[in-house]
Amino acid sequence: MRSRAALRIALTFVACIALTTHGRAQPTPTLADTMQQRMAACGICHGEQGEGRGAAEYYPRISGKPADYLFTQLQHFRDGRRKYPQMVYLMRYMDDRYLREIADYYAALQPAHLAPAKPSPDARERQRGEVLVTRGDTSKSIPPCAGCHGRTLTGMAPGIPGLVGLPVDYIAAQLGAWKTGLRVATPPDCMLTIAQRMSGSDIAAVAKWLGSQPPPADVAKLAPPVKLPLRCGNHPA
Amino acid sequence: MTSPARTPIFLYGLLVIVALAIATDSATSQTGTGSAAPSGGRTSAAASDIQRGEYLARAGDCIACHTVRGGEPFAGGLAMATRFGTLFTPNITPDPETGIGRWREEDFWQAMHLGRMPSGQPYYPAFPYDNYTRVSRADVDAIFAYLKSIKPVRRKNRAHEMAFPYNQRALLNGWRALYFEPGEFEPAATQSAEWNRGAYLVQGLGHCDACHTGRNFLGATRRADPFAGGVMPVQEWYAPSLTSSGEAGLGQWEIDDLVAFLHSGVSRRGAAYGPMAQVIFDGLQYLSEPDVRAMAVYLKSLVPRGAAESPTQLRITEQQGKELFERGAAVYERWCVDCHLRDGKGIPPAYPPLAGNQSITMDSAVNPVRMVMFGGFPPVTAKNRRPYGMPPFAQALSDDDIASVVTYIRQAWGNRSLAVSATDVGRYRSIPLEQ
Repeated sequence: MRSRAALRIALTFVACIALTTHGRAQPTPTLADTMQQRMAACGICHGEQGEGRGAAEYYPRISGKPADYLFTQLQHFRDGRRKYPQMVYLMRYMDDRYLREIADYYAALQPAHLAPAKPSPDARERQRGEVLVTRGDTSKSIPPCAGCHGRTLTGMAPGIPGLVGLPVDYIAAQLGAWKTGLRVATPPDCMLTIAQRMSGSDIAAVAKWLGSQPPPADVAKLAPPVKLPLRCGNHPA
Repeated sequence: MTSPARTPIFLYGLLVIVALAIATDSATSQTGTGSAAPSGGRTSAAASDIQRGEYLARAGDCIACHTVRGGEPFAGGLAMATRFGTLFTPNITPDPETGIGRWREEDFWQAMHLGRMPSGQPYYPAFPYDNYTRVSRADVDAIFAYLKSIKPVRRKNRAHEMAFPYNQRALLNGWRALYFEPGEFEPAATQSAEWNRGAYLVQGLGHCDACHTGRNFLGATRRADPFAGGVMPVQEWYAPSLTSSGEAGLGQWEIDDLVAFLHSGVSRRGAAYGPMAQVIFDGLQYLSEPDVRAMAVYLKSLVPRGAAESPTQLRITEQQGKELFERGAAVYERWCVDCHLRDGKGIPPAYPPLAGNQSITMDSAVNPVRMVMFGGFPPVTAKNRRPYGMPPFAQALSDDDIASVVTYIRQAWGNRSLAVSATDVGRYRSIPLEQ
């Protein structure tokens, strides 16, 4: 009896090997009960680790952005306040709890940065971009980007995103959308005020300058919150 | 939208309607008022009524149409694009000026049961009163009690923007004479209590046939073919047949699969995306499991019929089909195989099976093309709080690749459906994603 049982086990074993190694057979996969697996759908545009798709593409890096910022943006997409149709579509039937978990998941990831875009060949444009980002333009009441997004442009706690490591097209599209009222933030919407003071060439200069900056070494670091030059929603007054 | 070829029959239909409108307008008082049962003139509703009303409002998914994206619940204002123009849903919060704060129970009953405003004017049938007429007086009163209890929101109704002649409400009387039959649900004595409960919910508040039955050229559901499926106008999703065993049909679904699908949004057989995800997200997931099971029992009992609407995609040659299939196999191996597996069995419920999945094989390929192009997450529900997602491939894959891979999944593993051409795929790139 015992030898027959042993034979049966041996045969089963052989059969299993035969099945798993057979030509096009695929081992039975187990589904990973992880956020990484759940968010696999996002990778096709935002990269497997949320690192983006490189300087030549539109899709922004999302990993390492402040969790509060990501959460608010996901809510904006779900509730139709941000208009990118594909994102609006994907977020539609999600609740705050899951959106918070998604935001926390990407905020905690720190994949390596992809190469920045090549600097603009136009020297005047480069200079204008740098001035607006670092010093602003008092004649047009445009505060410097660095005043709110951190001296190193890596963001400010708790909810202001970093600006380095984003594609030029993405930055330009966001500023353009604010200028035309297509993108809105939690009121008071300081970015709307600022973008409306910028000309089209200001926006191009800022986007190209930011998009070509190499990420600093401490890119994960959010600046501690300070009083902003303008009142902004989502930031403690 | 109206093709020249369709105009003659359309005009003919219009003449019929105008004639009927004239014929029935004088007789409308017969259905306009007076047929409602007395309600006892209660002024304040019991808490239990309000609670029951909230539950029933979920069953009817009232919030889906009477709320704009991110807006105040039930305050209306949602634009509903139809083939005849754009309707804007009304405010049904109890605000006295802009909502239904001044309505009496009778008014609400007349709206739900007869599809008429307090003034007696008919509603456009985008408000599915041809379903709600089946709902009992007690249930309609409970929903009214609930709506009267919610936060009033001041938001003025926006006028509809219907093209001529559809902006002439009097014409609706003709439409109603043709297609609307008021009458409460009557239980079938030969069926179980569970079946009858399911039928009541599906035919009444659930208004399932508003999407799952095809519509004729005047936007009326085809009563001769209930639950036979059809393309949802403007939204361009195909609401599958619930009866045809060949196409979608529920013949091969176990009751438990149906309950899981309707209650959680995912199941061993398939997951809900698009408009069905919405129905589950803000409606069905809140129903009790016995009620969802009753709906499943009723739906499962629908008699299998033949094929539904004929597909609209281009016919292609056998050779083209063969090339699409072969190219599609390579696309599948590169992009799909990790989740849906080489044998097409998927990893349900997270990743639905494609082999034997009626949403893939039904005649119209619009749903699989949409899924490949725009991806999706099933709805977050109490039973599926953290859904897995499907990537959108619209940017990564060309029309040819998408046509190939959809052809492949429609023909591999014993699936037997028509190939899909890149021209068909290209058409769907620009469909509105809002729904």
